[in-house]
Order: sequence, then C-alpha cells, then structure tokens
Amino acid sequence: MTLLRHLAAAAVLALLIVILSIKLSAFRDYQIAEIGCYVAAVAGLTMLVGLSGQISLGHGAFMAIGAYATGLMLLHLHWPLEVVLAASALAAALSGAVVGVAAARLRGPYLAGATLMLAVALPTLAIRYAGLFGGDQGLSVTINTPGFLGPTFPLTRWQAWLTCGCALITLVVLANLARSRVGRSWRATGDDEVAAALAGLNVARLRVLAFVVSAACAGLAGALLAVTTSIISPGAFTLTLSIALLTGAVLGGLGTLAGAVWGSLVLVLVPTYVTDVAASHGLSSSAGSNIPVAAYGVVLVVVMLVFPDGIQGAVRRFRQLASRVLTLRGTPRGRAPASEHQEEGST
Amino acid sequence: MAELGELTLGGISVGMIYAAIGLSLVLIWRATRILNYAQGGMAMLTTYIALTVVSRTGSYWAGFAVALMAGLVLGGVIERTVIRPAENKPPLNAIIVTIGLLIFLEGLAGIIYGGQFRSFPAAFSITGLHIGSAALGISANDVFVAGAVLAAAALLAAGFRYTSAGLRLRAAAFSPPVARLLGVRVGRMLTLGWALAGLIGALAGVLVSPSTFLYPNSMDSVFVLGFTAAVIGGLDSPGGAVAGGLILGVALNYVGGYLGSDLVPLFGLAALAVVLMIRPSGLFSPAPARQV
Amino acid sequence: MNRSHASRSRAYRSHSYTAHRAALPVIAAVAVLAMVVSACSSSSTGSSSGSKGGGLTASAPGITTTTITIGSHQPLTGVAAPGYSEIAPASNAYFSYVNAHGGIYGRKIVYKYLDDKYDPTNTVSVVKQLVLQDNVYAIFDGLGTPTHLAVAPYLNSQKVPDVFVASGCECWNAPSSWPQTFGWQLDYVREGKILGSYIKQHFAGQKIGYFYQNDEFGQDGVKGLDAEIPHADVVSRQSYDPTNINVGPQVAALKAAGAKVVVSFSVPAFTALLRLNSLKLGFSPTLVVSDVGADPITLAGLLEAYAKQGGATVSGNQLTQGIITDGYLPTLGDASNSWIALFKKIHDQYLPKLPFDGNVLFGEAVAYTFVQAMLKAGKNPTRADLVTAIQGGLPQGPVVAPYAYSATVHAGMTGAYIGVIKNGAIVQQGPVLVTDTSPTGAVTSYSGTPPAAPASGMP
Repeated sequence: MTLLRHLAAAAVLALLIVILSIKLSAFRDYQIAEIGCYVAAVAGLTMLVGLSGQISLGHGAFMAIGAYATGLMLLHLHWPLEVVLAASALAAALSGAVVGVAAARLRGPYLAGATLMLAVALPTLAIRYAGLFGGDQGLSVTINTPGFLGPTFPLTRWQAWLTCGCALITLVVLANLARSRVGRSWRATGDDEVAAALAGLNVARLRVLAFVVSAACAGLAGALLAVTTSIISPGAFTLTLSIALLTGAVLGGLGTLAGAVWGSLVLVLVPTYVTDVAASHGLSSSAGSNIPVAAYGVVLVVVMLVFPDGIQGAVRRFRQLASRVLTLRGTPRGRAPASEHQEEGST
Repeated sequence: MAELGELTLGGISVGMIYAAIGLSLVLIWRATRILNYAQGGMAMLTTYIALTVVSRTGSYWAGFAVALMAGLVLGGVIERTVIRPAENKPPLNAIIVTIGLLIFLEGLAGIIYGGQFRSFPAAFSITGLHIGSAALGISANDVFVAGAVLAAAALLAAGFRYTSAGLRLRAAAFSPPVARLLGVRVGRMLTLGWALAGLIGALAGVLVSPSTFLYPNSMDSVFVLGFTAAVIGGLDSPGGAVAGGLILGVALNYVGGYLGSDLVPLFGLAALAVVLMIRPSGLFSPAPARQV
Repeated sequence: MNRSHASRSRAYRSHSYTAHRAALPVIAAVAVLAMVVSACSSSSTGSSSGSKGGGLTASAPGITTTTITIGSHQPLTGVAAPGYSEIAPASNAYFSYVNAHGGIYGRKIVYKYLDDKYDPTNTVSVVKQLVLQDNVYAIFDGLGTPTHLAVAPYLNSQKVPDVFVASGCECWNAPSSWPQTFGWQLDYVREGKILGSYIKQHFAGQKIGYFYQNDEFGQDGVKGLDAEIPHADVVSRQSYDPTNINVGPQVAALKAAGAKVVVSFSVPAFTALLRLNSLKLGFSPTLVVSDVGADPITLAGLLEAYAKQGGATVSGNQLTQGIITDGYLPTLGDASNSWIALFKKIHDQYLPKLPFDGNVLFGEAVAYTFVQAMLKAGKNPTRADLVTAIQGGLPQGPVVAPYAYSATVHAGMTGAYIGVIKNGAIVQQGPVLVTDTSPTGAVTSYSGTPPAAPASGMP
C-alpha cells in the first residue's frame, strides 16, 4: 500500500514536471534539470544526516565519482545511458561502503572533518591522473535525445525529464526505505546509539548501509549532472558543492524528502534570482557583484533562524495551523499533538 | 640535508597557522559544542580592519591590537545575535547558520574592500635567518608566528584550568542546566567563549595574511587545514590543536617537497584517516567513557 | 555530557513524519509559483523587429535597431576573482566610451557579464541563461579554460559566435570542430617557446628550474619551454596547486637542485609567493615569468607591505627588479605609446577606483578588438557575419604581433616581446618574436611597425 501511494505521488509529480517543462522556456527547462540532479543528491544526504544521524560534508566527492564514472563509461564503453547511470550509482555506492566502513567509529565533528577532507582531496585525483580523467580541463560528454521523441524534441526538455525521472525514482525508493524496518533502524541508531545497540541492532552495519545508500544517490546525481552540463571537471566538485548539498538538506527540512525538494529549489533558484535583482538595479561593478553573495548568506541565516525545522517544518506547521483553524479544534499552542511522534509517513 | 631542515622548519611555521585556526575552533567547540564554519571568514574581516588601521596610522602594532579587539567584539556580537537563537535547536542548524554567516562575511568584505589582492605586512623581517652563511629556512617573522600561537595556546590552557572564568566556561559547556543551578551565567559564558575564539581567529588571520595575501576568500583553504589539525589533535584539547597543526604542517611539507605538491590533499586525507581510525576522537581527546 | 549529547542527537531529526501525500499539492503549487515568479522577473531582451532607424534592422538575435547585446562568463567572486574580476569592467569601460562616441553604426553595446565563480557547472548555467533567456548576439571574452570548455561545444552547436576567449589554451583554435570559437591572447605554448628561446640564447648551459601551475596554463607553458630549452639543462620541475599557498617545499626543491634560473608559469600571487619564499630560503635565482604572472603593478600591490617595512632589508621594487617576462600588449609604463595613452584616458574616466594594471589593459584591448570585428561585420550583421569578419583577418590594433585569424586558423596573437622589469615597469628588450605552436617551429623576430592608436579612439 505504501509503495502504491508513493508511486501515485511520484506519478503526479512526474505529470507536473512534464507540463512545466513544456510550458516553460528552454532555460527554465535547464533549471528544472539542475534541480532534478540536486534533489537526488540532497535526498540521499538528508536520509544519512537526518535519519541515521551521520553528518557528511563530503557528498560532493560521491557526486564526482558518479560523474567521472559516467564520463569514462560514455567515452570508452559506449553503453546505453540507463546502464551507465545505474553503474555510476553503483560505483559511488561502493565508495560509500569504503568511506562508511572507515568512518563507522567517527562521530559528530570528527566525521565532519573526515568527510570535509574527502571532499577536498578526492577531486585532486583527476588532476593527478590527468591521462585518464582529463586533468583540469576535464572530460566532455554529450548525450542526444532518444530517437523515439522525434528530431525536433529540445535537448533541455529531455534533460529535464531524464534527471527528474531519476530523481523521482530515487525519492520513491528512499521513501519506501524510510518507512521500512531499515528506516526505523536508522532512526533508532540516529536517536540513541547505545539504546539501539542494546536493542539488538547492528549499529555499525546500519551506519555503513546509510552511507552506501546516500552515496549511491549522490553518485546518480553526479552522473545526471555530467550529462546535463556535458562536462566533468574537478572545478565543478569543490568543497562549495558539498557544503551546498548539506545546506539544501537542512534548509529544506532535515530528514524529510519534501525538504530535499525545497532545498534543491533554493539552491538553484535563489542565487540566480538574487543576481537578477542586483543586475536590474544596475549593479554590475566588481563590488556590486558581491551583493548577491552577501544577500544569499543573509537568506541562509534568516531562514535557518526563522524556520528551525527547515522549510518543510514550516510547511507542516502551517498545515497544522490551517487544519486546526478549519476544524475549529482548539489545541493549546506550544503542545504538539502526541500522535505526531508516532506517525511514520514520509515523502 | 639542508632541504630536510628547510622543509621541517617551514612545516613548523605553517603548521602554527593551522594550529591557530584549530585553537579557535577547539575553543568554540568546548564552549558551545558548535562547529564554527565561519571562523576563517571572521578572521579575514578582522584582518581587513587591521589593514585599514595600518594604512591610516602606519603602525603595524596598532593594526595588530585593533584586529585582536575587533575579533573579540565580532565573536561576542555574532554569538549574541546570530548563534544564540540557534543554540537550543538541532546542532546542524547552527552549522548552517555559520555557513550562511561565512558567505555573508565574504560578500561583505567584497563590497566594502573590493575583491582584489591586498598586501598585509608581516610583523618582522621575512628574510631568512642565517647561522654563519647557512640559511636556516625560517625568518624572524616565522619565529614570531610560532611564539604568538604557542603563547595563545598556553594562555588558553592555563585560563581553562586555573581561572574561575575558565571553570565556569567549561561548566557551561559540559552541562548548562547544572551550571545554571550552580550560579553560572551560562549565556555570558557562551558569549565569552565565542569572543575568545574570535580573538584567536583574528590572531591567526593577522599572522597568516602576509603569506596568503588578503582577499575575501583568502582564509578558505587555511580554514580547511586548521579544521583538519583540530580534528587530528582532538576537538576537546587546545594542546591537541597545536600538536595537530604541527604534525599536519610538517608532514604536508615533506610530501610537497619530496613527492610533489599534487599529492598534498590526498596525503592530508590519508593522515586524517589513519589518525581517526586509531583514535576516533583525535589524538589527545579524552577517550569515550562508555561503550557497548 | 552524555545526556545532553543524547538529547541533542535526537534533535538531529525532525520530530514527525506525517503522511505527506497531502504535501504534494503544496510542493507542486509552490514549485509552479517559484518558476512563474522567476520567469516573470527575468529580463527578456528579445530582438524586436522594430521600425528601421537609418537602415538599421534587427538582423540577428541580440541585435535591435538601437543595441547590440553580448554576454560573458567571468569569475567575479570567489577564489579566482582577484585580478580577473577587473577585466570585464575594463571591457565595459571601453564599450561605454564607444557608446558615447556614436556606438557601432549607431547601436550601443550592452555587455552582460555574469559571475560563474570559476565553477564549470555555473558557467553552463549562466551561458545558457545568456543565450536562451537574454538572447545575446555573441559570447565575448569567456574567461578560463576549464570553465569555457564546458560551454564551447554548446555554443558551437547553437551557432552562437564565441569570440576572443580569455584563455591561452591552444584548444580554441579548432575551426573544423568549433567554427564559432576564436582565441585572442597569445597561447601558452607560443609564450613558452618565446621565453624558452630567450633563455636558450642568454642562459645557455645553466641550470634551469621550472615552477608552474599544475593545470593546462602551466603545462602548456612547459610544453613550449621544452621545445626550446635543452632537456639536460632542466634540473627541477615543480608544480603548484593554486589552492595551496604553501609553496615552500617547491622552492626548497628548486634550491636543492641548484637552479640558477627559474622559469615561472604562475599567476601574480604565486609569482609573489615564489619571490617571498626564495627570500626566506636565501635563494636568489634569475626569474623568468610568463606575462600574466609578471604584471608589475599587480606584483607591486602584492609585495607592497614588504616595501613599506621600516628598516627592513627588502623593498617592493627590489623584489621585482630584474624579472624577465614577455608582453603582447604595449608596456603600461610607456606613456608615449598612443595605445597606452588612449586606454589610460578611458580608464581614468570610467574606472577611477581600479589601478591601471595589466588586467585593465587586457580588458580594454580585447574590447577594442571586438569593436574592430563588429565594424567589419557590417551594418546589419547576422551571427555568421561576425565569424566571417574575423576569419577575414583583423588589423593589428594594440597588440604587438599580427593576428593569425583566417578561415583555417582561429588563434589570435602570434608573438610577444621580451621585457625586463626595471623600477616597477617593463622595459622591452629586443624585437617582437613570433612563432607557432609546433615543437619544431622556429622563433623569429617580427619587424613590422606597430600601428598607432586612432585619434578618435575607435577603430
């Protein structure tokens, strides 16, 4: 039943995306494609951080692994695209296993520090082994719209469909996982490790599994980013990307998949919006180009302080308020309904 | 042989910078259990303020003193305004707030001071010291940097252990409710912790900026290595931060000199992985008391 | 501590997971709203088929009867910004000057340059925005090799002119695969060969060390150097990573190898670091630095603090004195040069807050070249007309050696002169040297006389 519900939700979203991608311009289609990439990565990360309680500042590295795997496969092996995407996710999952095992005993800021260094160091492999990975200039890949869509189908729309389709599949899988025994076990280990271990859960194995799953999602996202931007180079996978993913996850609402969508929307749309606003005021000098940067920082701080549970938390509270107002039920303010803690649905 | 000596001494001097950043991170962690991602950005801003003072007055030490005071004030103000609302919320919220703060500070510096390189003076001469005719590979300024950081670390450690303010700071971090019951003004202690961290970060900024040249993003890579140094040494130990900085600085210098500079980040990752696999809480952190 | 830690860790997760099936319509509605709002607030400069004004028509995307809109991607913020962020404002200053003096056949140039923070993912995004949303006529002076490589295939597939890329990579000279793309500045291989030939002549048999950025900029430069300098003379090759300011190990290695001459393909910050670290180690080789890394104004700015130290044994000028470099534009200090006079006048009027340094000169010179090309393209040019205009060859303008543009060559400058920094300014030594990019092509001197700047300041 849960699976059907999730699939129905995904179908609705897919329809919405198809309609949007047809109605909106080519550039907006490209932005939809970007959002799809980020949703896949942020969703995996929010599961890792929000459910199993492991902080990762290094998911950009898993995206890089997925992207480079895609690039190498497309350039040297000429496999069909679906196989390449799946294989890239698998490659990232394997590295997630390695990292997860290495990091199994690390907690809090130590895990953060280790994953931070991973994010910084891994892309340098591409420069060290420039013959294989293309060095600083990177690998160039191109994909074409599949034949069955016709010769005049815009590439940006196909990219939007491809990335959002994969993102929706990821969301459905993660939603089911979160509601399954695995998801509950993750929450248990994230909540109180000692209690979970005493209850018989294999904490280490669960933590590694969380890393594997989230790395697979990030690897898929990296692969999608590679085919969307058509280039794979170390400059695209700096520490800034990893930080942005975590920011998106927390801002959107940690531990929730709807939060992953919100966070990705913020990551892609807010910087361009702020830059447009600055440009329309004629601020194109060097100092003026820093105003969008400062404004973005302020937005992050303010949203985080005003909505401590992220955007999804705010949405949820708004819906509770609305439903209370509409049904005229007077639950005293400040006391959340007890049933909330036991409900398990997720999106 | 001379190269080994130069690499070692150079590694120590650059490791001291990592230690300084690591120290401020340790301080904030011990005081408020928050990872301050904006530490480098705060140091960058105070260094810009110092540069303005130096160019107006012509005196390096005036700028130095102003930087330290600005760091003190900036740390306290940030804690009171931006971090305090996030302190009782999920700890990740505070990290995202500091990330937003870093982005804001970098943009602000770009707006006020422009994005170009600015040259920041060193306290003492940067020409290499010599014994006879053999170059030692460090300069008088490097000795000053090392000394300043060691003094800061020592003062910090002594302050934590021997003063009542230090005791109150540790109590406020260890268990805020119990500390409150015992009469500790927890809020003030948190502000004090951030203020001190701001001071040490400002010191780090002033010490490192001659080598990095000052621009809005100049502290980004130093922050990463400072954080790594703190993690290696253990985030609960100021001495650990110094040790971690030294180990990291010297080790990475050897790698850069003998194996090639492109291996430095990978080696940093390897070193970190090795240390954390042996001691998951850093080299000098107290071991966890209970395990199942 | 354990208890508070546990309560904190529980707080990691949000507290409840209400069935979110009902959240979908909310997400959907907000997503649509966000898209629509962004779509509405974006600028859309479509080409209007307006009334003819003096025979001018909207002959191509980005061209109206009154404006020509071009776009660019630049690192305006972030770690690559210092220095490079001046180039686009400088180009814009020259365009403003042109607009104030009649424009191009009466049309004003609108230059939209967007910040990509030197991240190829952002580059793709902003270039797609410029092409698809802002409908620019051409992409001009896209900066950076890894960044521009991300968009060159796209621009060529969309037949958008991609002119005067701000990078010295040889890759822009590929007319068969990228017919819309043109380089401008002297490519790094040629530069390496020119510097290498000077070293071979003047430092024959001495120990040479290389210090280079470990990306295409440094590696191509080394390729050029190796084509001229005998391999046996090179005793050490040290690369640096632009994100790691600690170059002490590399300098120690160069010193240990006994290099008497160090050739540096570095950006100004790392040239300065090389100098400072050499000072610390008591190492004083002759420095030969590539053009971009040897701008005396930028270097002086970086080393200024050391010049001001009272009683210290180093001074800013002393640190740059004697650095050998190359130049493909007239030297900044040569006030008698008509080009410098023109560009300085424009700089003083439009960019008073920026120093008049190599980046500003670069920006103005490439903008001048664009105006040359646009004037040649005709009164109502299509996009193809611009490409044809450049392929037909461009007059030399401010650059010291002729352009190589033709139907089969899309590379720009072919040579440079060797100069030495004396008292904070580059002094030309000898003639302009020209060469090609092949390892065996000779480096020869160019004896043509450089043209003077037009009195009107416009081509």
